[in-house]
Amino acid sequence: MRIRRFTEPVFESLIKICGYSSGFVVLLIIVFLFKEGISFFGSSPVEEGFTMYVHASNPVKDLSAAQIKDVFDQKITNWKALGGADQPIERFSLDELGEAFTEEQLGKDFEFLPKCIDSYMDSLPGSLAFFPSAQTDGKVKSAVPIKIDKITVGKFLSDTEWFPTSRPAARMGVMPLLLGTLLVSFFAIIIALPLGLAAAVYLAEIADERVRKFLKPVIELLAGIPSVVYGFFGLVVIVPLVQSTFNLPVGETALAGSIVLAIMALPTIITVSEDALRTTPRAMKEASLALGASQWQTIRKVVVPYASSGITAAAILGIGRAIGETMAALMVTGNSAIMPPTLLQPVRTIPATIAAELGEAPFGGLHFQALFALGCLLFIITLIISLLVERVSAKRIN
Amino acid sequence: MANKLETIDVNLHYGDFHALKGISLAIPDHSVTALIGPSGCGKSTYLRLFNRMNDLIPNTKITGQVLMDGEDIYKIKSSKIDHLRRTVGMVFQKPNPFPKSIFENVAYGLRVNGISDNSFIENQVEKTLRQAVLWEEVKDKLKKSAFELSGGQQQRLCIARALAIEPTVILMDEPASALDPISTGKIEDLIFELKNQYTIIIVTHNMQQAGRVSDYTGFFYLGNLIEFDKTKKIFTSPSKRETENYITGRFG
Repeated sequence: MRIRRFTEPVFESLIKICGYSSGFVVLLIIVFLFKEGISFFGSSPVEEGFTMYVHASNPVKDLSAAQIKDVFDQKITNWKALGGADQPIERFSLDELGEAFTEEQLGKDFEFLPKCIDSYMDSLPGSLAFFPSAQTDGKVKSAVPIKIDKITVGKFLSDTEWFPTSRPAARMGVMPLLLGTLLVSFFAIIIALPLGLAAAVYLAEIADERVRKFLKPVIELLAGIPSVVYGFFGLVVIVPLVQSTFNLPVGETALAGSIVLAIMALPTIITVSEDALRTTPRAMKEASLALGASQWQTIRKVVVPYASSGITAAAILGIGRAIGETMAALMVTGNSAIMPPTLLQPVRTIPATIAAELGEAPFGGLHFQALFALGCLLFIITLIISLLVERVSAKRIN
Repeated sequence: MANKLETIDVNLHYGDFHALKGISLAIPDHSVTALIGPSGCGKSTYLRLFNRMNDLIPNTKITGQVLMDGEDIYKIKSSKIDHLRRTVGMVFQKPNPFPKSIFENVAYGLRVNGISDNSFIENQVEKTLRQAVLWEEVKDKLKKSAFELSGGQQQRLCIARALAIEPTVILMDEPASALDPISTGKIEDLIFELKNQYTIIIVTHNMQQAGRVSDYTGFFYLGNLIEFDKTKKIFTSPSKRETENYITGRFG
């Protein structure tokens, strides 16, 4: 008795501590994610430590990241297209300087570099140059730094190109990734929902008890298979199948991703909706049968409507699983940020992008922050989905 | 009076459990028959013979004959079972409306039986809701969910639902056991009304109810039919000792 009086408060406080600390950890992760993600917005898309210059006489004073990329991809070759005078654009960076000047002219420790740049820029009124800020800031008279549009939330969401490592200015438009994610998930659910619902109805209403006792654990086991195994299965089975069926150059497509994610979402959909179907009171099914309804009519008109909120919850949980899935999507979707994404082309999903690029993004750099911003976006999407699940499950008929 | 329903030496087994032991009983047309007995005595199982609801329970074995209008309903083709169930309405222990509107609950039996004539359905819904003395209470909210009704109203809705397909027999499995006294009274009045048009079998635990509403009473005990007779006779001078003990409350 005395020991109990002593141990009970101890256990109580231990449990309290566990609860508080896990809640704190969750908050910490969210704060960390958004802190990194938000600092991405408002920064310049130009590589850190570099500045872009134009000739002092050039009327063009600001450019967007997209325009800079087009110039360096040689899609735009005349200032006229950018609202300037009719003269060709001379792209110009340290590499070209090495060809125009000898090592002596540049100096042993590049001490004459600013002067060389200055004279070179002076001779090229149509130049768009790209130099380390430390070497050029305030030292080049013939050129002025050009204003580059900062990255904003709107641009991040609406830009249709994802080239996070392109130089001199990165383009970080989340649109192809977001659409890719939604496309893959949407078709995954289109495939998985009818199959899952049919399987759930079979298990809950038609299968006899022995079959059910065997199948239910097997289906639940499916949920426990690591996603990399699903990815591997997809790569070996689904991808070649898609390739040969549609006669495609590559099988790693959005469709292959949808199929694999559908298989992965199936156990969730089946178990959750089967549980919902089984909550239909027996008396309600009997009432339907007693009125002369067939078993199929009873399922369609009574059992499924009664379980509809549970089935909706199952579908939303399935979508959540598909949207957040990383490894399998990375392995079978082909990872190419094509705009607009289509079913029979490679696509790139948000989680796959984070997983694939985080390793090569310099810590703390712009690319790194952009991936965190992607993480924030994914977090917001899944948050909305969980809130929806809660709303739908709370709306049960009583 | 002709016999609407009759069972001849019916035995029913759930797996190893012998639930009905050689029951022979004839139920007259246009009458109310009450089945009484302690829990687990087989009276609900017996009731469910007449619309073949026991078929839904796995490992059920039935021998003997169950006749309706002289035809053995266990010899019909399985595709005719739906049709049989159309002619036998059933009201359950707890109100069990469908997750649909009040109107659709009553219309359900018609719709699943292939009737799509909307004006006919509307007439039938109003007619049966009036029969079930519910029309005045729900006529302005037919589109509302049936779950918004009170328990007593829901049970009358279930009765209306059973009446809509125009059965000839109505089976009631403790229809008032989950209801308050006022709702129970309404249901009993209703049974009294319906007797003129239907053959009613009602399972009940409530002796007073059996005495009030029924013409005939059968007493079941441990799977046996102990006694079956006019209700007045059963309640005033039962011929079996067990019956007397049960209705006087000495056991059960």
